Amino acid sequence: MDTLKACEYASAPINAALTPSDKIRLLREMLRVRRFEQASLKAYQAGKMGGFLHLYIGQESVAIGACSLMGPNDHVITAYRDHGHALGVGMSMNECMAELFGKVTGCSKGKGGSMHFFAPDKNYWGGHGIVGGQTPLGLGLAYGLKYKGLQGSAMCFMGDGAVNQGCYYESLNMAGLWNLPVIYIIENNGYSMGTSLARSSVFKSCLAERAEGFGIEWDTVNGESMYELRAKLQVAVDRAHQESRPTVLEISTYRYYGHSVADAKHKVYRAEDEIERYKAEHDPISLWKAQLLEERVLNEEQYEAIDDAAKKEAADSVQFAEESPIPSVESITEDVYFEVDRHTLAGRTGRHFFNS
Amino acid sequence: MPEITYREALRHAMAEELERDPNVVLLGEEVAEYDGAYKVTEGLWKRFGDKRVSDTPISEAAFIGMGIGASMLGIRPVMELMFWSFSSVAWDQIVNNAGCVRYMSGGLINCPIVIRGPANGGTNVGATHSHTPENWIANVPGLKVVCPATAYDAKGLLKSAIRDNDPVMFMENTLLYGEKWEVPEEEYLIPLGVADLKREGTDVSLIAHGRAALTALKAAEILQAEYDISADVLDLRSIRPLDEEAILQTVRKTHRVVLVEENKPFCGVDAQIASMIQEKCFDDLDAPILRISAIDAPAVYSPELERAQLPRPTDIVAKVLSICR
Repeated sequence: MDTLKACEYASAPINAALTPSDKIRLLREMLRVRRFEQASLKAYQAGKMGGFLHLYIGQESVAIGACSLMGPNDHVITAYRDHGHALGVGMSMNECMAELFGKVTGCSKGKGGSMHFFAPDKNYWGGHGIVGGQTPLGLGLAYGLKYKGLQGSAMCFMGDGAVNQGCYYESLNMAGLWNLPVIYIIENNGYSMGTSLARSSVFKSCLAERAEGFGIEWDTVNGESMYELRAKLQVAVDRAHQESRPTVLEISTYRYYGHSVADAKHKVYRAEDEIERYKAEHDPISLWKAQLLEERVLNEEQYEAIDDAAKKEAADSVQFAEESPIPSVESITEDVYFEVDRHTLAGRTGRHFFNS
Repeated sequence: MPEITYREALRHAMAEELERDPNVVLLGEEVAEYDGAYKVTEGLWKRFGDKRVSDTPISEAAFIGMGIGASMLGIRPVMELMFWSFSSVAWDQIVNNAGCVRYMSGGLINCPIVIRGPANGGTNVGATHSHTPENWIANVPGLKVVCPATAYDAKGLLKSAIRDNDPVMFMENTLLYGEKWEVPEEEYLIPLGVADLKREGTDVSLIAHGRAALTALKAAEILQAEYDISADVLDLRSIRPLDEEAILQTVRKTHRVVLVEENKPFCGVDAQIASMIQEKCFDDLDAPILRISAIDAPAVYSPELERAQLPRPTDIVAKVLSICR
């Protein structure tokens, strides 16, 4: 197992190479995720959108840290708590907010909603609603990269609640057996909906250790430390690129809100002071900000400006979403079949839809 | 024209497409070194090698999902399920991922994948190995379903399925693998969504798919020889997309319809066809639309009983006589 001592994370090559503006960009990206989601929460509570809203607030360092390592052949796929990864790969707040509002300008034209953001042009493959269901797809992305002879990786994110799904273990077996460059990133926020880790999973030292049985390298990561995150993720990315081998990483993190906003009992199954303690002592944005202040690459004034810009961008995205048109009823049967959408001969042959 | 088996026709289709497109790969349990559980892929691993033809572990959820993920990147996997019955353990991947990812991404993604294998009863392997899930799959907008009845159709349809840019669920039949039909040596394609009038008649329309189309042909011969009743036999070949025009045309010609399928009756493919006919050809009908499906219970083991559970030519003859006399 590749491990680095805590003091060495900042000096790991991938972090040593960070310029002051790179470091500030990481902060800005985390703030953008948080302000976007706070704006979306407000709109959700005002009844502006339907369905579920699974907030990532508290976990921002994980997606932003991971996405900051992406090269041209590194791909990302995740579960339903997908807003952070979407912004992390470079999707705009406007298209994401409009999707939440179910508008035609949304990233999926209002057909996916909160849990289903996609941007294949940015190597972002969703946004998946079934717990663990994305783990074989991540395997497939890795298979595709290897088949094409590309030096890349598939970062497949999942929650701690997904580790008990069968297809994840089937995928680990195939990843190990076929030497596929997939990185399973368990974002362990301690709760699978309302069931704590202790009540849902049995393990020896941690969840990632289960990879041991498949001969797959694994590690645990403190998600509140941007340097540690990037250093350990880079080890996994290098392994994927250079050895075409999989990795399982378990990143400890925490969500401040419920499983989704509809999770009314999130202050029942966990103590309120636990949430407050995380906010006060373990907040990834506050900690990174403090790190940058200490390194003197950032001052309070700059921080305020970055934060104000993120808030304004989020507010503007709400306005954009509000003002965007609702998709037409006719569009319901678009984007079902490629061949139909493209009016190909195959798409024009036979009946594809069956309403009378 | 040379006669080849249904199994060989499928194999030739895959070999030709492997040859034509470097993005086509074959994946599944025992498809490579074992040469195929039903020998459909025999010789392809030797000819195309490990990279193009690979054995997977018995992990349908993972390898089907893997194929879907790879197809999003432009690989064109042809995945074998040893039995379509095993699709139940990969159901989430097929329905939620292959079936919905294009839609949920607003058309940004497509999955050019083929999942193929036998989907039939009649081989005395019990209920869990005898499912006919064409109606389950056809209920999912985003997926396509094909059920070829002959070697000629199997080859032409599989080649089209592999070239299709949507996920195509290709359902074969183990009872047909060893049957022979004439298949031309030169390349041909059969488009999805085009039915085939396998016999022309005037008195009644028998509409079927898969092996039931062959059963209908046998019934048509009996009807002609013994009762002087002339039957149109329309083989749907493709369930979704569906050749609605061909269905309506035969009904308008004969005015009497018997629908035949090896599927179970409740919400079977023929329920959809019956609904379509009554809506669009009500005035053309001289008799109620009748259906023959498998006897409505899980597939029975006992060989003699299972023969009776699936539609037989005599069952079809009896139904036809009930509306043609």
